[in-house]
Amino acid sequence: MSAAADSHHDDHHHGPEKNFVKRWLYTTNHKDLGTLYLWFAFAMFFVGGLMALVIRAELFSPGLQFVDPQFFNSMTTMHAIVMIFGGVMPAFVGLANWMIPMMIGGPDMALPRLNNWSFWIMPFALAIFLSTLLMDGGGPASGWTLYAPLSLQGGDSFAFVIVSIHFMGISSVMGSINIIATILNMRAPGMTLMKMPLFVWTWLITAFLLIAVIPVFAGAVTMLLTDRYFGTSFFSAAGGGDPVMYQHIFWFFGHPEVYILILPAFGIVSQIIPTFARKPLFGYSSMVYATGSIAFLSFIVWAHHMFTVGMPLAGELFFMFATMMIAVPTGVKVFNWIATMWRGSMTFETPMLFALGFVVMFTFGGFSGLMLAMTPADIQYHDTYFVVAHFHYVLVPGAIFSIIAACYYWLPKWTGNMYDERLGKIHFWSSTFFVNLLFFPMHFVGLAGMPRRIPDYNLQFADMNMWASIGAFGFGGSQLLLLYIVIKCIKGGEKATDQVWEGAEGLEWTVASPAPYHTFETPPEIK
Amino acid sequence: MKSTSLKKAIATAIGLTLGGSVMAADKHSTPLNMTQGATDISHEVYDLHMAIFYVCCVIGLAVFGVMFYSIFKHRKSKGAVAAKFHHSTTVEIIWTAVPLIILISMAIPAAKTLIAMEDTSEADMTVKITGLQWKWHYEYMGEDVSFYSQLNAEHNIARQLDSGVDVSQYHWYLKDVDNELVLPVGKKIRFLHTAADVIHAWWVPALAVKKDAIPGFINENWAMINEPGVYRGKCAELCGRDHGFMPVVVRAVSQEEFDAWLIEKKGGTAEPVAVAEAAPAAEGSNTAVATAGGGGAAAEVSMESQMARGGEVYAQQCAACHQVNGQGIPPTFPAITGSAVATGPVDAHIDIIANGKPGTAMAAFKGRLSDEDIAAVITFQRNGLGNSVGDSVQASQVAGN
Ligand code: HEC
Ligand SMILES: [Cu+2]
Repeated sequence: MSAAADSHHDDHHHGPEKNFVKRWLYTTNHKDLGTLYLWFAFAMFFVGGLMALVIRAELFSPGLQFVDPQFFNSMTTMHAIVMIFGGVMPAFVGLANWMIPMMIGGPDMALPRLNNWSFWIMPFALAIFLSTLLMDGGGPASGWTLYAPLSLQGGDSFAFVIVSIHFMGISSVMGSINIIATILNMRAPGMTLMKMPLFVWTWLITAFLLIAVIPVFAGAVTMLLTDRYFGTSFFSAAGGGDPVMYQHIFWFFGHPEVYILILPAFGIVSQIIPTFARKPLFGYSSMVYATGSIAFLSFIVWAHHMFTVGMPLAGELFFMFATMMIAVPTGVKVFNWIATMWRGSMTFETPMLFALGFVVMFTFGGFSGLMLAMTPADIQYHDTYFVVAHFHYVLVPGAIFSIIAACYYWLPKWTGNMYDERLGKIHFWSSTFFVNLLFFPMHFVGLAGMPRRIPDYNLQFADMNMWASIGAFGFGGSQLLLLYIVIKCIKGGEKATDQVWEGAEGLEWTVASPAPYHTFETPPEIK
Repeated sequence: MKSTSLKKAIATAIGLTLGGSVMAADKHSTPLNMTQGATDISHEVYDLHMAIFYVCCVIGLAVFGVMFYSIFKHRKSKGAVAAKFHHSTTVEIIWTAVPLIILISMAIPAAKTLIAMEDTSEADMTVKITGLQWKWHYEYMGEDVSFYSQLNAEHNIARQLDSGVDVSQYHWYLKDVDNELVLPVGKKIRFLHTAADVIHAWWVPALAVKKDAIPGFINENWAMINEPGVYRGKCAELCGRDHGFMPVVVRAVSQEEFDAWLIEKKGGTAEPVAVAEAAPAAEGSNTAVATAGGGGAAAEVSMESQMARGGEVYAQQCAACHQVNGQGIPPTFPAITGSAVATGPVDAHIDIIANGKPGTAMAAFKGRLSDEDIAAVITFQRNGLGNSVGDSVQASQVAGN
């Protein structure tokens, strides 16, 4: 880094530690930890992606060609958990680490040592989780939802799965506490809550969601553990328990969890679109309130994942209405983004392309979500590929596109170099093409009656599955290009200005590029 | 340059969507949309599905229309200068209220259909459906007719990893069963759903019926089928290794045909498994305990037929968990080859098959299989699959258990 040469590098106020291991293992610097989180997430995206490719290879044509059904099930299960807990969440935490202190004019995260700890738990958690693949009985194979009693069948790798989930949860909760403490305490004077950039707002709300629901999940999996090993019967009807109770507890966590995976994405897109439209975000305060409403509603819609478990009619009606309500604040967000673009002066650099791709394809996933909210129709859609298409639209060209957009947007600030714009555009178009080839056909096979989580299918679904598999390999390959672009950008390239983007506004663009190791040690002036 | 690539992308997207629906129209074997189904409810559900789909299309066209107009017009390269506005309470209220109204107008018909779907009262008949790993059990309540239904045996061979069978030769690959659920048309049929091991979900799209089958609980829903025909479905809830291989087939027939079928079912055996063709060994209880070396001519013959019959029963009833070669899938499903139970005292062996092992996937087969079949499959397990205990078990031994 470019910090002035200094002899006492052990003094953390000056520059990074020179010893590689010490630097990254002991670091409490928010930028270093942000970098670690992002690289870790990137690695896990590839691991989870390889699992997805195993699935898509097996589904390329009817008949079983490559894997045993049990292994197939553990691929679907582990793909989801790796992508959610190892990919998307750490990536968002990495972005929060890097950007939140700089966006609010604070010197670092509020709790730097905790920050180090919450990161370093993750590699161990994921290592334990992945090692279950090598254990007797194989990895978890009951779906990422771990529904009892199915999750209770199987080998003792189960105990390792639970412990790794606990570690991931501890890491997320500590990360969230840190983010809340940072946002509430470390803002520069004059940076009132309603002046905060939207990325900061969405993360503040996300962090509260995480603190609220991760312990619920921890409780649910602990009950699984005691049912399995200590003779309790929380979820066994034979002992007076109830398997459906597991689903209620799980989805009380699980539904807010899906908003945890999308709210920071809303924040990112709300940063990027104004920059490239050269126009302030339309309806800032309504964006904040919409985010809050979505977070609130996320607590009262969980049972829409369970319309076929046999709830009382009144329950089904309530959860249907509540779920449909979510379309309102989500719609407000989309309308505000478009109003921000309206009569702007737009350019289409790679971050903007990914952000626009997000708006279109996330909205697409929103539409199928609205369809799924209609309980009678959901009874047909439930547990089919239609659902798989829906949540992959909101998570891949949704959450993951936003993460990619954020990386292109802030890479020049992180590295001091511009990335290769031409390659970035190629990356966007090939990702967009293949992601749609991958997920669009899934709507059709789902409607035509193909259940999810099956390794083999009737000939009638063959064409669409073949297209989806081709899309999957194309999309996976496209991400190697991203890896190349990032490395190339770190190695060199056109020097970035401090402002980087013509229309960029906000404190992070007032510091040098690359951002010095320590920023805002004296708080900036906020007008 | 940019605008042409965008235009192309849009053109492709529209082409794909339209192409999709055209294909849906002319290729009957490859439907790409939800089925309209064979009941009034399934038609209502289909209509709701299409209605909300069209609502989404209209909103989508409007929203993306404005968005892409802006993308084309308000770009810097065309000299657009950014306006300064960033707030308008009026538009915020409008675009909160309008979606709300649209949603309410969709919620009302949806609620009506849902209420109808949940009304299981005044049913003409009741079928109890039990999900098991990995087959279904159907019981016609009050009729004393019940049987198991599982994946078509040929498909079951073809679907094995590296089976070498070309699955495309089977039109109904993975959608066909040994015993269909036969139901009368025009009758309100109530389904009771439960499960024996893990959660399954009984789903027949054409009946718009999908309900979780939960061990220890009973769920209900109903259907009144309008058209005779064969309606195929699947287990929809992940239920373990062979979740993808437990299809559902409903054959809807006229009331007369149904009555005739029912009588035939009652007159014949209630079990689908090969009828007891009087095992020759069963006649003499003296041969029942024939052991290796001590067997006379009678025992020799019975051993052979026991093995043949046991092999069939094993392939049909046990191989899903314990595997065709007897290796099982440890630790969940133990191997039979070399198993302490299958090579140990015969009583324990009979016990686990007759009475199952509560709390595990190993179900009680007594009553599900005839005593003769149980005896045969035990003999097979003791002397096949790499085991060679040498004894042959007789139905009379099973009967005592
Ligand atoms: C749904 C899966 C399933 C099916 C089908 C099944 N079993 Fe089992 N079987 C099990 C499980 C699980 C166990 C282990 C029970 C335990 O934990 O002791 C088991 C145990 C056994 C054992 C004891 C093995 C040992 O070494 O402990 C025998 C013998 C056996 N089964 C025979 C049969 C026969 C015969 C059939 C067919 C008629 C059959 N099983 C069908 C799941 C199944
Ligand atoms: Cu099942």
